[in-house]
Amino acid sequence: MIKAILIFNNHGKPRLIRFYQYFAEDMQQQIIRETFHLVSKRDDNVCNFLEGGSLIGGSDYKLIYRHYATLYFVFCVDSSESELGILDLIQVFVETLDKCFENVCELDLIFHMDKVHYILQEVVMGGMVLETNMNEIIAQVEVQNRLEKSESLPFILH
Amino acid sequence: MALKIVKGSIDRMFDKNLQDLVRGIRNHKEDEAKYISTCIDEIKQELKQDNIAVKANAVCKLTYLQMLGYDVSWAAFNIVEVMSSSKFTYKRIGYLAASQCFHESTDVIMLTTNQIRKDLSSPNQYDTGVALTGLSCFVTPDLARDLANDIMTLMSHTKPYIRKKAVLIMYKVFLKYPESLRPAFPRLKEKLEDPDPGVQSAAVNVICELARRNPKNYLSLAPLFFKLMTSSTNNWVLIKIIKLFGALTPLEPRLGKKLIEPLTNLIHRIYLFFSQILHHLSAITLVCFSWLIAFLFFITVLISLSSGMPNHSASIQLCVQKLRILIEDSDQNLKYLGLLAMSKILKTHPKSVQSHKDLILQCLDDKDESIRLRALDLLYGMVSKKNLMEIVKKLMLHVDKAEGTTYRDELLTKIIDICSQSNYQYITNFEWYISILVELTRLEGTRHGHLIASQMLDVAIRVKAIRVFAVAQMATLLDNAHMLTGNTQRNGICEVLYAAAWICGEFSEHLENPMETLEAMLRPKVATLPGHIQAVYVQNAAKLFATVLKSQEGNTDSTTAQEASQLMIDRLPLFVQSANLEVQERASCILQLVKYIQKLQQKDVEVSEEVCALFAGELNPVAPKAQKKVPIPDGLDLDAWINEPPSESESEDEQPKAIFSKEEPKHSRPRHTEVDEKELARRREARKQEQANNPFYIKASPSSQKVYQETPGVEHIPVVQIDLSVPLKVPGLPMSDQYVKLEEERRQKERAEKKKKDKKKRKEKRSGRGKKHDSGPESEEDITPAHMVDIVTEEMPENALPSDDDERDPADPHKALDIDLDKPLADSEKLPVRSHRAAEVLKSPAEDEEGENVSSLEPKKKSSKEKREKKKDKDKDRKVKMLFDRRLLRLISVMLTFIFLFYSFDRKAYDIQGNLQDGSQVVVSVIFENKCDSFLKSMEFNVLDSLNSKLQRPEGSGPHDSLTIPFQLPPGVSNEARFVFTVQSIIMPQKLKGTLTFIVKNEESSTHEKLDFKLHFTCTSYLITTPCYSDAFAKLLESGDLKSSSIRLEGVNMPFHHLLARICFHHHFSVVERIDSCASMYSRSIQGHHVCLLVKITVSVDAKCDEPTLLGNVLDEIKQTFSQC
Repeated sequence: MIKAILIFNNHGKPRLIRFYQYFAEDMQQQIIRETFHLVSKRDDNVCNFLEGGSLIGGSDYKLIYRHYATLYFVFCVDSSESELGILDLIQVFVETLDKCFENVCELDLIFHMDKVHYILQEVVMGGMVLETNMNEIIAQVEVQNRLEKSESLPFILH
Repeated sequence: MALKIVKGSIDRMFDKNLQDLVRGIRNHKEDEAKYISTCIDEIKQELKQDNIAVKANAVCKLTYLQMLGYDVSWAAFNIVEVMSSSKFTYKRIGYLAASQCFHESTDVIMLTTNQIRKDLSSPNQYDTGVALTGLSCFVTPDLARDLANDIMTLMSHTKPYIRKKAVLIMYKVFLKYPESLRPAFPRLKEKLEDPDPGVQSAAVNVICELARRNPKNYLSLAPLFFKLMTSSTNNWVLIKIIKLFGALTPLEPRLGKKLIEPLTNLIHRIYLFFSQILHHLSAITLVCFSWLIAFLFFITVLISLSSGMPNHSASIQLCVQKLRILIEDSDQNLKYLGLLAMSKILKTHPKSVQSHKDLILQCLDDKDESIRLRALDLLYGMVSKKNLMEIVKKLMLHVDKAEGTTYRDELLTKIIDICSQSNYQYITNFEWYISILVELTRLEGTRHGHLIASQMLDVAIRVKAIRVFAVAQMATLLDNAHMLTGNTQRNGICEVLYAAAWICGEFSEHLENPMETLEAMLRPKVATLPGHIQAVYVQNAAKLFATVLKSQEGNTDSTTAQEASQLMIDRLPLFVQSANLEVQERASCILQLVKYIQKLQQKDVEVSEEVCALFAGELNPVAPKAQKKVPIPDGLDLDAWINEPPSESESEDEQPKAIFSKEEPKHSRPRHTEVDEKELARRREARKQEQANNPFYIKASPSSQKVYQETPGVEHIPVVQIDLSVPLKVPGLPMSDQYVKLEEERRQKERAEKKKKDKKKRKEKRSGRGKKHDSGPESEEDITPAHMVDIVTEEMPENALPSDDDERDPADPHKALDIDLDKPLADSEKLPVRSHRAAEVLKSPAEDEEGENVSSLEPKKKSSKEKREKKKDKDKDRKVKMLFDRRLLRLISVMLTFIFLFYSFDRKAYDIQGNLQDGSQVVVSVIFENKCDSFLKSMEFNVLDSLNSKLQRPEGSGPHDSLTIPFQLPPGVSNEARFVFTVQSIIMPQKLKGTLTFIVKNEESSTHEKLDFKLHFTCTSYLITTPCYSDAFAKLLESGDLKSSSIRLEGVNMPFHHLLARICFHHHFSVVERIDSCASMYSRSIQGHHVCLLVKITVSVDAKCDEPTLLGNVLDEIKQTFSQC
């Protein structure tokens, strides 16, 4: 199970947070700070796995993260997930974002947090991996976007 | 309408949307908090508007603010409103917000049940999808129970998109509502073979999660998974299945053998997959490492499989060798995974990993903390008696080098874990261990002072032979206490002094110079220590005092004893003033005691015997579970009140205060330890030898006592040599390295002795049996420990109940899911559907009243044309049994006069009455009459609750359970049943849909039938005839609180008094006053609304009420009554 997905930038500002277990808001912020602190001090050439976040989970959980330009994508998972599998999932997620936003950059995530959430919802649901096929994910996201667009049409027509 | 929409959208253009909000926050970097608070005010205004678009926009912005750490739970109700929008765009916003901020204790979740159900059955698959996604994040036990059946239906949805989501969410439902697992499992199993790979993968995912915690229940699925593994093309599925097999094989060794071959075939594919991933990660040349990657994965699998196969140790050996290459690789991810795989092998094949100790130790130097931690973890499992000292020595070096307190603390705990594992099994020399612990106290800023302290206590108590040594070490520690407490940053470590003081006091008979230690314990600086440590100091000073007195016994010169008393009397007042209650109490008790002793001493009375008796008694470690295991004696009822419970207000005020510090020392006095003289002598001899070799050892000089008198402090300690590379060394403390050497020597000696003995033996018996012994390197068993742990088992209460059930956390949700899945499903286990559940009918205390109600009942017109056509042909011979069709209902009605069919105006079929006692209760009495020739039984009544009105069900039944009607109906018999409803708002009329299910039984057969109906809660039914006097009535009208309204009743042609009677009768009014051509009437609602009518002979009705909506509805109903006649 995935316990949390955090995206924050090089300064620790959250860009998307998704907890699959309830934490109060101040606790969430504390977790983000702690995770940022753990992840940011690591070089880029060390491994992508990290154990020992004390706030979330405990010994069964580890952080699997990747660093892309200005953003960190951090998944907090338990031992039932394969480490390399999650790394691949992060890659799939980022590539999907790249396709949906056409050359995604941090600004896209800043201004369209809701859309990023909708994409993520097609990849992970309630902490479990829902879909890993990028084409399928993009197809579903696009259909829903079209649906949204068709609903906003009446405003213009009237 | 169009204008309104246009206006709405123009309004919207001036609202801030999410992008504007983000931009605004970015532009107000200096006063972000202030800006956001004005935004929140705006959002609150927007939420008050009726326009759903505005609301949705506001909720969307709240979701963003939630990410920034703002609590948005106050908007939970608005989120629900947005969720229930009919537009997908808004619905999605609502569900997203809900999934971000709802949790189990959010109370509005209760309101969402029906909305979610509606969305789940929506014709638009994306509505359903959005609802499922949202639900997966905030499902509660109630939601799980109410919606389990709906979700289960979705598992067979036509769209794979919905199917996979429904399958996945079932896991969450199982966790919250374990009863659903058994009924849902067959369908879940079915989904393993779903044609859509996404659905299949979801099902595998769910079953793997379930099986991870309770593997034995899923063994029967092994063949199915085996088939999947060989046929699936989805790598995700493969990984999950292999993980699952990893959990299953230890339970069924035969599986492992079967798996080896297909797994080997899989390697190629998996290798491709993983090499792809690694390709993204780093620029390593794939050709070189690809086989390694595949191998790594293969190994991970093999390990989990091999546990059941003893003959595979050779291949494991090979695996480990290859893993070594992986760990030596420069790629950090490979290194990490290699170590991870190693730790898995370690569990089953410790021997084969142990030979790679060098490599693991090397990893401790890695720059990457994750890898270092992994290596540490491995070391824990690798120690043996032989290599413990060496490993710990390496770790100690790392402790000194480590930067960053977290890693150092981790190292510290690991060292202690490694040493103390399975009752100090691997420690052969406890003097070495004590010196390691003492060395650890030099760590700067560690959080684990109490851990070290508890180890010191534990060892000193349980290893009797080590006490002499421990006491000497602790005395030195106490003497140098300022080194540990001087720095404020080192606060954590001062816990060690707690242990030191206690050990010195408790085993003070071993102290070489108790007087000096006593002085050290009573230094003024001690008063700066935390309270609980001071308390231990004071108490143990008293023990030391007793020892000093005892040692001076029989000595003609009593100055030392008197000095000791004087010292106590001089120093203790400092502690008597302590702010800590515990310290204060102990100090003042002991001070008075010493004063008394001093008096006796001056009279030359021997007191040492009595003083020592204060602290007599052996101390044993108590098991942590001991308290829990004390059996309850017969006849003791722990739940019974001893006194009457105090009133609530009192108990709220009384917060239990921690008067005494949490960590109470285990005080009690050991019986004088019966270490036999021989053993003591032997130990002493050995120690002298060690001391001689130890340059850091302070040799007890006979003059030391004098020195103390002149200059209390540390200056006199002969600091022989300080290794400057190690910072902050406490002078005079032992070096563990010495013991490593000594231990080596000891072992060699032992070996030599053994050989000698062997030779002797061989000489004696010339037979060739001696061969066994001279195998080259010493084996684990050959090392005899220098000290033994004397007290191995901890104390338990007498007649403790043996139980080992407390291993698993009772809060673990997976415990409830440990369910046998192969047993056939019992009827009682079926998931709650919206009806059909036996329950007791409620009896209402309200008596049936004369007033019959105008009620509008109609048979539910639900059947579709198609259905009717289908049924027509079947019906010819068995008409009786078809009931779901309107056309057929008429036929049935001949036989069965159920209220809903034979409803007529003046015939009472059902009656709704408000309950005066409770403003929210309404009693519905229903008469059931059987007009057919068959016997009716097992009638069950159910109503689909709305947000506003709910059928009251007996406690413990769910909101969709139906009520059993407590009687059967033979042909021609009628009977009445009552149902209580709770209604929140009464200002609007309401219709509730319901179903009655029953069994029609005649000679040949019995059939299960169902009848849909609607219950119409009119506003009138909430009114209660209440008499009112004319003056009170006039006052009420004058008060000005009431809103007025009026109607005309058209086409009424009846005498005025009939008209009034009718209103009274049907609408529960009473006449206040009648003056010729007009009459004033009054009634009250169950929630206390006043309704006043002025009815004129011209058949116009002027009415006043404090709730205009209610009034409007009542008037409409009156109008309807008269239009019908």
